[in-house]
Amino acid sequence: MNAILDFVAAVGRGTMAACRAAGALALFAIDGLSHLVRPPFYWRMFGRALREIGYFSLPVVALTAIFTGMVLALQSYTGFARFSAEGAVANVVVLSVTRELGPVLAGLMVAGRIGAAMAAEIGTMRVTDQIDALSTLSTNPMKYLVAPRFAAGIIALPLLVVVADILGVMGGFIVSVLKLGFNAETYLNNTLDFVQPMDVVSGLVKAAVFGFLIALMGCYQGYNSRGGAQGVGAATTAAVVSASILILAFDYVVTEMFFAR
Amino acid sequence: MSVTRNERAPTSATLAKIRIRGLAKRFGDKIVLDGVDLEVLPGTSMVVIGGSGSGKSVLLKCILGLLEPDAGTIEIDGDDLLAMSRAEREATHRRIGMLFQNGALFDSLPVWENVTFGLLAQDRLSRRAAREVAGELLAQVGLAASVGEMSPAELSGGMQKRVALARAIAARPDIMFFDEPTTGLDPIMGAIIDGLLVDCVKRLGSTAIAITHDMASARRIGDTAAMLHRGKIVWSGPAAALMDSANAVVDQFTHGRREGPIQMELRR
Repeated sequence: MNAILDFVAAVGRGTMAACRAAGALALFAIDGLSHLVRPPFYWRMFGRALREIGYFSLPVVALTAIFTGMVLALQSYTGFARFSAEGAVANVVVLSVTRELGPVLAGLMVAGRIGAAMAAEIGTMRVTDQIDALSTLSTNPMKYLVAPRFAAGIIALPLLVVVADILGVMGGFIVSVLKLGFNAETYLNNTLDFVQPMDVVSGLVKAAVFGFLIALMGCYQGYNSRGGAQGVGAATTAAVVSASILILAFDYVVTEMFFAR
Repeated sequence: MSVTRNERAPTSATLAKIRIRGLAKRFGDKIVLDGVDLEVLPGTSMVVIGGSGSGKSVLLKCILGLLEPDAGTIEIDGDDLLAMSRAEREATHRRIGMLFQNGALFDSLPVWENVTFGLLAQDRLSRRAAREVAGELLAQVGLAASVGEMSPAELSGGMQKRVALARAIAARPDIMFFDEPTTGLDPIMGAIIDGLLVDCVKRLGSTAIAITHDMASARRIGDTAAMLHRGKIVWSGPAAALMDSANAVVDQFTHGRREGPIQMELRR
């Protein structure tokens, strides 16, 4: 009997802790978002975050997208060849890249690169009293550190995904034309005829959501880190892992919103 | 330059600049502040001493509004900080300059921007003017204007403390807090920093609270002193009387004796 009660108590404690954590995260997100519409705005911090998230992530996102497009063309060709449906390669590549792989892979790559960097920078500021120092210098840390990163994440990810979409399709085009012997004009026509505006729009909406989630988890974990270098390291890991999981979960949610029948 | 300032002692007839009554703060089951009472008179410096984990930093953070106390009052010029609206409290906090233990300089900004950060945040300066003001403030703490172009990571510990002091005095605060100002510095640099602190407080006519473990520093900075032990103020008096306070806890702490009431608690 005692063992059962202990088990129930443990489950209850875990549930309560999870609810507390979710509540704290939601309050942090609302607080950060509220500063996006309340002056003063720290444009320099926003510009810096935009450059970090957008510009410096460009090479890694570009390489990921182009190779993904190439692999996708190759894999779908070998699969479709079994049903003599090789002509659908262009359609599959453009649909997969714009709807799914462009935003998700860009999100995961940026989560690894930027989520970790945000958590490490803000976490270090927390454990070295720099965040307290901001407060004593008439500066709200949420407004100065968090809100600009939220805005930059929401804007930079869709821009990166536009690039990823173009390069992903280009990767498929290169393999299809140069290796698989497709006609270049036909391949491009198939691509452009098949893709719908909603395919691209849904990918960009996903990207904006993922950009927000990456910034949220990076800032939240960093802001709440404790205990010196070890705490900052733990916050960095937690930021990347939690952002990656949330990206995959919200990928389903947004897909359901756009394409559920 | 003499840095010993023990000529002024508090009198009950004077209105306290900072008055703390029954301040309490706990983290979970751990009681950190357990009814702290303190008074600091205008234009004087009080040094709060106490062992590691005695709640000195928590006390400063409560006054600065970085932590919300569980109970008690904090009065600045007779106005209860905790009863103020958010805007009033922020306005009061703008009158306080803080020197953090490790400097807490912003790594991502050059020194000149660190020094004038508060002024820029309050739109009291353009960025161009801020560079000039930073040079003047750096000169006040004995640093060349060229240091302004360096990053905090390029500075020695003593230079970082000076830059942090320049940042703390930039807005000409009428209240200043110093958290372990000489920690991590050699004795000579510690004495130099103490001298700068006393000079700055005197020049601005500020009221100061410093917390420290360093007895030499405590006597140099403080007009008055108080000892925080187990969440309470167990002794207060002139800083000059620290070494012969006739209080067993203070005596053991100031003389660094192994035997005494503090050690007995550690053994328990």
